Amino acid sequence: MDQTFLVNVFGSCDRCFKQRALRPVFKKSEQLNYCSLCVEIMAADGLHENETLASLKSEAESLKGKLEEERAKLHDVELHQVAERVEALGQFVMKTRRTLKGHGNKVLCMDWCKDKRRLVSSSQDGKVIVWDSFTTNKEHAVTMPCTWVMACAYAPSGCAIACGGLDNKCSVYPLTFDKNENMAAKKKSVAMHTNYLSACSFTNSDMQILTASGDGTCALWDVESGQLLQSFHGHGADVLCLDLAPSETGNTFVSGGCDKKAMVWDMRSGQCVQAFETHESDINSVRYYPSGDAFASGSDDATCRLYDLRADREVAIYSKESIIFGASSVDFSLSGRLLFAGYNDYTINVWDVLKGSRVSILFGHENRVSTLRVSPDGTAFCSGSWDHTLRVWA
Amino acid sequence: MIILSYVFQLNHLLKSGRATPRTDRQKMPVINIEDLTEKDKLKMEVDQLKKEVTLERMLVSKCCEEFRDYVEERSGEDPLVKGIPEDKNPFKELKGGCVIS
Repeated sequence: MDQTFLVNVFGSCDRCFKQRALRPVFKKSEQLNYCSLCVEIMAADGLHENETLASLKSEAESLKGKLEEERAKLHDVELHQVAERVEALGQFVMKTRRTLKGHGNKVLCMDWCKDKRRLVSSSQDGKVIVWDSFTTNKEHAVTMPCTWVMACAYAPSGCAIACGGLDNKCSVYPLTFDKNENMAAKKKSVAMHTNYLSACSFTNSDMQILTASGDGTCALWDVESGQLLQSFHGHGADVLCLDLAPSETGNTFVSGGCDKKAMVWDMRSGQCVQAFETHESDINSVRYYPSGDAFASGSDDATCRLYDLRADREVAIYSKESIIFGASSVDFSLSGRLLFAGYNDYTINVWDVLKGSRVSILFGHENRVSTLRVSPDGTAFCSGSWDHTLRVWA
Repeated sequence: MIILSYVFQLNHLLKSGRATPRTDRQKMPVINIEDLTEKDKLKMEVDQLKKEVTLERMLVSKCCEEFRDYVEERSGEDPLVKGIPEDKNPFKELKGGCVIS
């Protein structure tokens, strides 16, 4: 403030409303008039605000340091050392058994039906298709009102599918074999987020859906009423993926986001139980280990990592210097011995989970692999890609 | 206790006008991350970290051994690990007719 040209304006202060000598203060091109006492108080507040921010930051840093210490205390051995005496895996001969063609644009997501044969896939062109993977026939097709359908899921009963994307919603479509019925007419809008839907999954029944969104939150919804049952806040950026714990181990799920964090949540309380921040870039995919005691994550930093929930730390990294493209999706084989990961360099790498080494590299897709799931009985896995196709490998 | 503190937090955010209360059943109680100030985000982080530091943890070696045992028990039955004979594979090559792919 320029003191030499102080004009003595007398009037009502904009903060305390008392009749005082006023000083003009410019806030975002708006002129406000405050008395000198209020100016002093506000300046002191601002200082206090900065102090609190700084003290919070240093508290967070020291807590993180303490957390690292606690975790390191229990880190006595590496997973691959424990697995040294495990028999090495033989040569793998996995090849494409089926190629599902029909999408007009990039395939973004897919999910298997519990009958181990049907699967649903969604694509950038707004189409969601249900396939019979044995015969490669398309059983149902629905066109969503939005493009970039980034998430789709098959209901446990096999009678419905859920999907969503740029429309910020998750919609459930009951599957009907009646040729006269229009699938789109029976659509039910379940979830409403304030940003794109990045992932969705039914819980153990057709009645509840868990969603993850670009607005940084995850949410649990009741399908019938569309009511929000629980919301999960904690990610500092877009949430890109989620996976539910295998049913025997209880009501938790893990989510990964653009804030490089993977967080494990308690579904009943909405609280974050554990968080892991060792990745160096966005986490694109998370998948629980079949036992439910660990989970794997795939990230744009070109690594996949295994986190043990009981040891509360990362126990293995699956990476190679030659792999520089991000991993977009990961899944375990039935026993958990193999980790399949689809990458942005068009390949699928198969990792030995225990030994940490790569067992096989699969070529076939002509563009990024965007989604990958192992079938419910573990006999095959399906990968979807930006080359508009899905491939079933066995 | 944990639930209480979460509700407290939500109340604080609702009162300060940064979260809109649920009027329509379908909408989220929006605590939009963009609306949160640096201070709020930091506070949430600090609270979360405090909870995590007190967790009970297991030795890594014990966890890894359990892993290994789990896998060894099951990898014999894992179709993708041991392979499936061609005739039993549900995804064997389609026979009959012309396969143009």
